[in-house]
Amino acid sequence: MDIPELEAITAETRIKMIRIVHKAQCGHLGGSLSAAEILTALYFRIMNIDPENPDMPDRDRFVLSKGHCTPGYYTTLYKRGYFSEEILDTFDQMGSILQGHPDMKLTPGVDMSSGSLGQGVSSALGIAMGGEANGDSYYTYALLGDGEAQEGQVWETAMYAGSNKIKRFIVILDRNKVQLSATTSDALNIEPLADKWKAFNWDVLECDGHDMAAVVETLERARDMSDNGPVVIIAHTVKGKGVSFMEGRWQWHGIPPNDEQFEQAMSELTPGDAQ
Amino acid sequence: MNIGDMIAPRVSFGEALRDLAPDYPKLLVFDSDVSPSTRTQLFAEAYPERFYQMGIAEQNMVCSAAGMATTGWMPMVSTFAVFLAKRAVDQVRVSVAQTKLNVKLNGAYGGLPTGRAGKTHAAVQDIAVMRAMPNMVVVVPADPMETKLAVKACLDFEGPVYLRTVRDPVPVIFGEDHVLEIGKSYVLHEGDDLAIISTGMMTPKALVAAEQLKKEGIGVRLVHMPTIKPIDRTAIVKASNDFGKILSIENHSVIGGLGGAISEVLTDEAPCLLKRLGFQDRFAESGDNEAIFSAYGMNSENIVEAAKAFV
Repeated sequence: MDIPELEAITAETRIKMIRIVHKAQCGHLGGSLSAAEILTALYFRIMNIDPENPDMPDRDRFVLSKGHCTPGYYTTLYKRGYFSEEILDTFDQMGSILQGHPDMKLTPGVDMSSGSLGQGVSSALGIAMGGEANGDSYYTYALLGDGEAQEGQVWETAMYAGSNKIKRFIVILDRNKVQLSATTSDALNIEPLADKWKAFNWDVLECDGHDMAAVVETLERARDMSDNGPVVIIAHTVKGKGVSFMEGRWQWHGIPPNDEQFEQAMSELTPGDAQ
Repeated sequence: MNIGDMIAPRVSFGEALRDLAPDYPKLLVFDSDVSPSTRTQLFAEAYPERFYQMGIAEQNMVCSAAGMATTGWMPMVSTFAVFLAKRAVDQVRVSVAQTKLNVKLNGAYGGLPTGRAGKTHAAVQDIAVMRAMPNMVVVVPADPMETKLAVKACLDFEGPVYLRTVRDPVPVIFGEDHVLEIGKSYVLHEGDDLAIISTGMMTPKALVAAEQLKKEGIGVRLVHMPTIKPIDRTAIVKASNDFGKILSIENHSVIGGLGGAISEVLTDEAPCLLKRLGFQDRFAESGDNEAIFSAYGMNSENIVEAAKAFV
């Protein structure tokens, strides 16, 4: 799939993820919107997957370590064909297979449960180790939040993977600079981020997380490099990307838009209507 | 292994892992730098390629084991019970219990014997924590023989199991013919006056107590309960109906462990008096194991005294 097609899909998923959060009146949009390009690139271009066969043994794996960003994750899985729009619309409802945080027991395409920050990246490490031990050659991707990088477990994982040169393990760090209650610099500064990963013996790449061509190119490069050891991509993004009043504001970490805000968001994200 | 031999259950645990390894080709061992202490070193020496040294990083150890379990492996995550059940408890909750992945947990240094390490290392709340976890099976074997059998039972069970092992020598009370079935309890002594329900390394002490009480004219039914979850409700209700008085004894806090589990069953189905022996609501201290057990009312003579006062 080429870059304009990927961009078109991302424009659609942004709209859809806001729709399901508006409908459910709950869900985390800020970090879903910041990761939209990354998720599209992974599921429509980079990863070897088959939605018809979600448990395909040699598939590439993905773990949403920033597990609260299910609106973006589920919308991407729906768009890729893992389940229907009717199911997507049950997001966060009782009895739904689409719970607030990812559940591998319920949702096709979810390779690992997550939601308690710091754990997903660590589970992803285990999935990469399991593949290595099995002689498989799949790639394991984990999407990490920047606030999440304050969790000590992230650095336990980084230390193990770097020290043991774990192959085909790629972490994408969504550097949207905002967490639940503050900017990351105000809450607990995580910089110098690239230097930290380098110090843990990782290869570090950086890109503009909203430039689809750059995201794809960086992911492809990371995949190639990961045959020698773990790679982290620091993707510079904007929390709430695409909706003016959400962008860069911690207040939009985890609340739903009301009807008026929803209409405003839709008008901003639908070029025809915006004129 | 003969009845009466003094053997450390941790050694039986390590030997069982090593000896069962050929029959369980997907079995791996994850360690956080305590394998000489927990005796998984025996496995590591025999099967280095199946042994993962994760460093002193318990949280990453638990989650990476869970991740590996998604790819068909069966990791035995082994470290001191205090750290597994507390430092890494959120990782156990989210990545192991909620997912119901086939991860086994060895809580080593269960209870008070910690080589005089004291309150930081004595695991006296681990059963309470693990028992409150949905999808978790909790197995607390009595002696070296049952520890060996418990390892096999854990590996044969599909899903998360918390197995508690003991650091220091315990007398062998079971023969080769003992069968450990998860969820079952075992009557080791019969009598007409009182029921004692015990678990783990307190069972050999309770057996000595039951024999002493018999000499003193008090008949005890001793029920050994190696599975704390799922608990053998039938045996508890029967003891209540038969005696109307139960004494429990465990190498754990009296809050939330065996005594707690028994009291829940009694409250639901067959109320009777329950006297809970074990570690009271406090933190442990350094010292000789037997001196500590005596000081805290957990030795055979304490059980005898408590039974005589209670019956």
